[in-house]
Amino acid sequence: MATLEIHDLHVSVETENGTKEILSGVDLTVKQGETHAIMGPNGSGKSTLAYSLAGHPKYTVTGGTVTLDGEDVLEMSVDERARAGLFLAMQYPVEVPGVSVSNFLRTSATAVRGEAPKLRTWVKEVKEAMERLSIDPAFAERNVNEGFSGGEKKRHEILQLELLKPKVAVLDETDSGLDVDALRTVSEGVNRVRESGETGTLLITHYTRILRYITPDHVHVFAKGRIAESGGPELADKLEAEGYEAYTKGA
Amino acid sequence: MAENIPVGSTTDGAVQVGGGQPADARVSAPASYDVADFPVPHGREEEWRFTPLERLRGLHDGTAVDDGGVRHDIFSPSGVTTELVDRDDPRVGRAGKPVDRVAAQVYSSFQKATVITVPKETVLTEPVRIAAHGQGGTAYAHHVIEVGAFAEAVVILDHTGDATFGGNVEYILGDGAKLTAVSVQDWGDKAVHAGQHTALIGRDASFRSVVVTFGGDLVRLHPRINYAGPGGEAELYGLYFTDDGQHQEHRLFVDHAVPHCRSNVVYKGALQGRQAHAVWIGDVLIRAAAEGTDTYELNRNLVLTDGARVDSVPNLEIETGEIVGAGHASATGRFEDEQLFYLMSRGIPAAEARRLVVRGFFAELVQQIGVAELQERLLEKIDAELEASV
Repeated sequence: MATLEIHDLHVSVETENGTKEILSGVDLTVKQGETHAIMGPNGSGKSTLAYSLAGHPKYTVTGGTVTLDGEDVLEMSVDERARAGLFLAMQYPVEVPGVSVSNFLRTSATAVRGEAPKLRTWVKEVKEAMERLSIDPAFAERNVNEGFSGGEKKRHEILQLELLKPKVAVLDETDSGLDVDALRTVSEGVNRVRESGETGTLLITHYTRILRYITPDHVHVFAKGRIAESGGPELADKLEAEGYEAYTKGA
Repeated sequence: MAENIPVGSTTDGAVQVGGGQPADARVSAPASYDVADFPVPHGREEEWRFTPLERLRGLHDGTAVDDGGVRHDIFSPSGVTTELVDRDDPRVGRAGKPVDRVAAQVYSSFQKATVITVPKETVLTEPVRIAAHGQGGTAYAHHVIEVGAFAEAVVILDHTGDATFGGNVEYILGDGAKLTAVSVQDWGDKAVHAGQHTALIGRDASFRSVVVTFGGDLVRLHPRINYAGPGGEAELYGLYFTDDGQHQEHRLFVDHAVPHCRSNVVYKGALQGRQAHAVWIGDVLIRAAAEGTDTYELNRNLVLTDGARVDSVPNLEIETGEIVGAGHASATGRFEDEQLFYLMSRGIPAAEARRLVVRGFFAELVQQIGVAELQERLLEKIDAELEASV
């Protein structure tokens, strides 16, 4: 069973005022088939965790370990991490002019699967995945994220999630900026991946709204660069009622 | 009109309406067939200021002497004639005079000009191919491609190998003729190539030019358009991939001197490496007589790595208000680290991510060319270039 283990992770970034530590000792284990929600106020370091796991060059790991099935993730380049089975659905997916969605999806599936998918089955696979997410077929010929609406970008991220079938998926504020219909469609996509039982999901969110559609097994409150409290789904209800204040006040 | 301009690049643009300095005054001496009419450039002249003269290997100062260093092979379908003629043949120099010292040097130095004629009303089903292969020496060559009235042809010029090469080409289109002219600069790393490609477009004729520059240490071309009668059309497409250490310069001039002609220019370039330098000059002049002109020019550059330099200078001068349209745009963008991260986070290795982006950038242009066989060949060439260099 695939397991992502994060142990005592420290991460810093360079700012105008020197080095700043954002993550101060994160411990978390995500197993295949499990869904963990990470909730926390703005600036608590949730997105830093997501980008550090994916290997974004802006973030420097200063301590701790991250392993996927025992393999050292921190030693891997960004593309190696993806091929090892990590996936990051981004809050702000990047426009890539000149590269069509269909070309992008096929190139990335080829890289992650280690061989080019057979053309006939691939076309069908993409078509069906797009239909399930209510994505217009014409979308395939558009350039990646270019001129996409907020909802289209997020659907496109979930489309990739469904096609790449990672061992562990990190969803960074996938719910932000979505209307209720889009949120439902996107959540259904995430739930399909969860139901396969083959993917561990780390759902990073500021709001409890998405948890009405995706029920987590574990909820963690993130504050000041580490996990402040962990519990079951009931912890989300408590946050809904009381907010993050209890975790942010005091030094 | 410029966006995302990387450090070390310039993107200037100008639109002048009437008066002022004519666009063609970018040249410091009047056009002439005689090299003696052009002073040896020192590098500060408007038309030479971007060019590293020391890398021209004497093409600009008379010290480069023809030693037959380029072999030319011509493959022409039946019905097409090929002749070697002297400088005084009336077909030589008809499309337009040399506009700079190098082009005049070529005109003054070539042994025989090659005239390739597609007779009137002849529709070729396969292209005329001219293969210029550098053997490491120095050569001057002048080609005239004449396509008679209502004839249709595709001409492909391929430049390969290494040489110091001054090459002029003239395209003469009769009334209603259609010519697609492709010039591929696929030189080796040491080649130097400068020259002028001048088209004279007959009444209601269509000229489509595709200039592809991948190779060479230095390539400096002047594609120029003149119209012989109303109704002429010019589509000018260009593609360049400038690697570390390469200087690739394309200086276009479209002279709208007769009414109701059209021109459309799209040049796209990708650059990588610290010493990569691309120059694009797009001059369009709409003279007072050229009522009903419709023109647009676009230059786009994609900078893949730090340190590469682009100079992109579109310039439009309009002497009559009675036109259909006139415009230009120039944009230089970077391949961003965030784009690279996004593609890599989907398992795509860095080099493949770069290739994907550049291939897409060029494919958009290639698809506009409209000759399937040619498109395929160009995409293959782009792939090979990307495979070798990215």
